[in-house]
Amino acid sequence: MAAWVRRLLRGIGSLTGVLLLVTLWEWGSIRYGSFMLPGPRDTLTAMGRLAEQQALLAAMWATSWRAITGFALAALAGMALGLLAGLSRTLGRVLEPVATVLLGIPPIAWIVLAILWFGSGSLASIYTVAATTLPIAFAGAQMGARTLDARLAELATAYRLPLAQRLWDLYLPHVVSYVFPALITALAVAWKVTVMAELLATDTGIGAGLALARVNLDTAAAMAWVVLVVVLLLVAEHGVLRPLQRRMEPWRTGH
Amino acid sequence: MLELDRVGVALGPKAIFNDLSLTIGPGESVCLVGPSGAGKTTLLRLAAGLLAPTSGEVTNGFRETSVVFQEPRLLPWRRVTDNIALGLKARGIGRRHRRARARELAAAVGLAESLDCFPHQLSGGMCQRVALARALAVGAELLLLDEPFSALDVGLRSDAQQLMQQLVQERALAMMLVTHDLIEALRLGHRVLVLAGSPAALVYELPVTTPFNERTPAWLHEAAARLLRQPLVQASFQPLVDREAA
Repeated sequence: MAAWVRRLLRGIGSLTGVLLLVTLWEWGSIRYGSFMLPGPRDTLTAMGRLAEQQALLAAMWATSWRAITGFALAALAGMALGLLAGLSRTLGRVLEPVATVLLGIPPIAWIVLAILWFGSGSLASIYTVAATTLPIAFAGAQMGARTLDARLAELATAYRLPLAQRLWDLYLPHVVSYVFPALITALAVAWKVTVMAELLATDTGIGAGLALARVNLDTAAAMAWVVLVVVLLLVAEHGVLRPLQRRMEPWRTGH
Repeated sequence: MLELDRVGVALGPKAIFNDLSLTIGPGESVCLVGPSGAGKTTLLRLAAGLLAPTSGEVTNGFRETSVVFQEPRLLPWRRVTDNIALGLKARGIGRRHRRARARELAAAVGLAESLDCFPHQLSGGMCQRVALARALAVGAELLLLDEPFSALDVGLRSDAQQLMQQLVQERALAMMLVTHDLIEALRLGHRVLVLAGSPAALVYELPVTTPFNERTPAWLHEAAARLLRQPLVQASFQPLVDREAA
């Protein structure tokens, strides 16, 4: 079978799933009324209304940069600490319980602390995102550094690879293969946590929009914001991270 | 010339070998056989400089030495070309030159078609040939091979041995091949050494003077049988036979 036919069939399969969800949504809206569950059309209308008020783009931008800033800080710090913890057993033993504790603190607790520490505003959301995603990046990098193949290291010694080549040809690709899946998970978490933090701590962004929709009992607007978050997340994952992974790791697919 | 001068290796209180001496001259192919666990791989790692001797001295006068391990040990994230060129890159040779050299060597080991493949797309035999090309790429004068064909099935192993024989002859390479297969040793060596005992010692040496192209299957089997009838060789393989029987 030609490759494009297979791709088409796969596309049709995914589309069927989406359509099924939309159908259920529409059915629920008819069954329970458009106040309890606004249907897809009501949601689109609400989204259009938000766009007219210029609120949409500003909110998307505010949420995205908070999510991405927090995520980037956590990714950098988490990877650096994770690599060190993977390479040094002592450091690993010290940092591992810290990471476990951090992972166990629910994001909602972080946001309360962050508001107390930093006051309402962007900083509280960014901090919450960073604190929640850091242990995920840490765990990925630590696992990557810990599973470095001793036999490949011996090969590097036998062929007298200089340190730079060792890092670039041996260690980096291996660690990346562990870090990338962790980063994709962390990014999804980052978006959700940002929205939650914004709901409590800021007056801009998608979370603030949701808070406003709640005050106004505007269910359609709330649904519109939800759809927006999902779209943003899908764009970030399938538009940026996965293509990046395919570029950096062609050996996984073998093309 | 590679010279192991009365070397000893001890792991904790246990001596793997004491006072072992071995010399490999330019263009000479030495095959090391012996029961498993005798220390063949340790001896090879010593020769490769991957392990420092506890006593004695290892002097390697060859300009370049390469190792082929029991497993191919290719980088899964690099294509065949870049895997072959690994050692060239380490020696600071530019991308164009090392790719060209890798192409030549891939052709020499029969992998001209697979240059752009990743290791996981190749069979075990092909991977081992990539490892061999990688070893040759740096212009090695001495090849150290640690049971490189033991994971291959019979037909592939015979092909690989033939390739090896051809390479040794054409390029006048010195070689130390560790194997547990007597036939393989007799097929590829100018000298066959038996390493056995605990601590291990070179208990028997057999010079093989028959030219490579006259080492027919019949000759090989006969030579192997003759070698195994030597009391010292028999005794060194005996504990293994007893253990397996028990």
